Amino acid sequence: MSTPLQGSARLARLAAIGLLVTAVAAGFAYAAGWIGPDRLTPKRIIDTFMSQAGYYPGYRKNHAKGLCVSGYFQSSGLAAPLSRARVFSQPTVPVIGRFAIGGANPLAPDANIPTRSLAVQLRSDDGELWRTGMNTPPVLAVSTPEGFYEQVLAMTPDPATGKPDPAKLQAFFASHPESAAFRQWAKDYKSSDSFANSAFHSINAFRLIDTAGNARYVRWRMVPVAPFEPLPAQVNDKDYLQHDLQQRLGQGPLQWKLVLTLAEPGDPVDDPAQPWPAGRQEVDAGTLVIDQVYAKEAGACRDLNFDPLILPGGIEPSADPILAARSSAYAESFNRRSRESAGLGERS
Amino acid sequence: MSRSGEHFHPLSRLLHWLMALLILAMLFVGVSMVGDLSPRHTLLVGIHKLIGLALLVLVLIRIGVRLKYGAPALPGDLPALQRLAAKASHWLLYALMLAMPLIGWGMLSAGGYPIPLHLPALLPHDLKLYAVLRLAHGWLAYLLFATVLVHLAAALVHGLIRRDGVLRSMLSGR
Ligand code: HEM
Ligand code: HEM
Repeated sequence: MSTPLQGSARLARLAAIGLLVTAVAAGFAYAAGWIGPDRLTPKRIIDTFMSQAGYYPGYRKNHAKGLCVSGYFQSSGLAAPLSRARVFSQPTVPVIGRFAIGGANPLAPDANIPTRSLAVQLRSDDGELWRTGMNTPPVLAVSTPEGFYEQVLAMTPDPATGKPDPAKLQAFFASHPESAAFRQWAKDYKSSDSFANSAFHSINAFRLIDTAGNARYVRWRMVPVAPFEPLPAQVNDKDYLQHDLQQRLGQGPLQWKLVLTLAEPGDPVDDPAQPWPAGRQEVDAGTLVIDQVYAKEAGACRDLNFDPLILPGGIEPSADPILAARSSAYAESFNRRSRESAGLGERS
Repeated sequence: MSRSGEHFHPLSRLLHWLMALLILAMLFVGVSMVGDLSPRHTLLVGIHKLIGLALLVLVLIRIGVRLKYGAPALPGDLPALQRLAAKASHWLLYALMLAMPLIGWGMLSAGGYPIPLHLPALLPHDLKLYAVLRLAHGWLAYLLFATVLVHLAAALVHGLIRRDGVLRSMLSGR
């Protein structure tokens, strides 16, 4: 029943089969980015962080220096009508968190870095997880991942001074007028003397979904209960903020209010560089209580990826491109440090 | 296991072509999403996990169908080496179709990630275990893709050159 093809027809068909298989393989290589136009990838961003700060196996590739903490969130119930996420109605939600300073160097002196961060995971009793990473600035200098990458390049330390080249920074800001709000913040910002009296902002917007399916855009921030005290002019302790945190938590728990800011129609919900007009409605969703801190490079936060798109039902991402880029870059960072801690090499 | 008949059971054929489509899509989506920074990344990762878990259900059904209905015998004039290659590659395809979704699920568990549909964690949260599974998910996906290409080429050689009924046995019931 089999009648094999012979001669030139056979050759032609063999060639066609070879061509088809090659085309599928080439399509795969293209989809993977192995061939084709040069793209900004999560890998390139992480490589750039590492080439600037150095190679520190096992550490996060940004916000590398931090401490794990834990505590709980007491919801006020006031946000429950806005979002069906259980965290807004459950009286007490367990929290795992991490305080950190910006930058990819885990040995940087705390006091030199204006950007501080708080990342938290809330696990509600319906099994849903909410992870959010928040920074001290209320806005970013850029609106897109490409802009972010340019900013990172402009901040490359000059080998002579160890600091970014002011001319490059100036050129970057000049070509990125969307950074106006960020520059104003940086000009006015006075560093406080503690994580405990720092405010932390979601920067990116999200959508709250209520039980009827209605959506409202929000940004949120953690507002410290502890009063502001300025950072001393001269700080010699490289781990100043970490020691301060340990000392304060030795005396008792620390608190922040989770404040939601609701957008009005027309507000720039997809642009992390633009603040929303003053006077937007705010909702006090509850109180974050942090009562325990862990030793360096220990604690439950260490092996978590605080991907800002790990959200419970009732909270959804906005279309902000930076938010998506964060999710992708955090996965790359997490993959690399997992491999490094398992001794499986540094590269992807 | 029955080997009678010249064609695959209709259910086998349906599963074969449905899964072929989904697996190819998974492979392309997988490699493109990990290099993507745009909001498409968010969308594709979500789809990838759901289709991946659906493929786990499909492969279990498929293995059951294969055991119940068997497969048509290979042509009698097929050289022994090709016979062996056919058998081995089919085993490899089944193994990878089963392993890939399980590793995906296990890898989310070991990474401390939430798992879609509130499925339970398959494995404890363990960063080093995650590293091994994440690497395996990538390399076995490449192996799966290479095996699929060889499988595709072989099927076309059967259908277009040997014309021995092997391709037809998966294409139609006639
Ligand atoms: C495109 C822009 C950004 C990129 C590429 C980026 C990249 C990263 C990376 C790679 C990490 C390490 C993640 C890990 O290994 O777990 C990280 C940590 C962090 N980032 Fe970003 N980031 C960006 C923007 C932001 C913004 C806008 C915020 C705040 C609103 C933010 C807040 C944080 C926080 C809080 C951490 C520390 C998480 C922790 O303590 O585990 N990042 N970032
Ligand atoms: C037949 C089934 C599957 C195939 C063929 C497949 C294929 C792939 C491929 C090719 C990649 C990219 C790997 C790389 O370039 O490193 C990938 C990544 C990934 N897969 Fe799958 N996969 C499957 C099932 C699953 C399942 C069931 C899950 C989870 C429920 C899953 C979760 C993931 C995740 C989360 C990533 C990206 C991880 C990261 O960002 O590092 N996969 N997969």
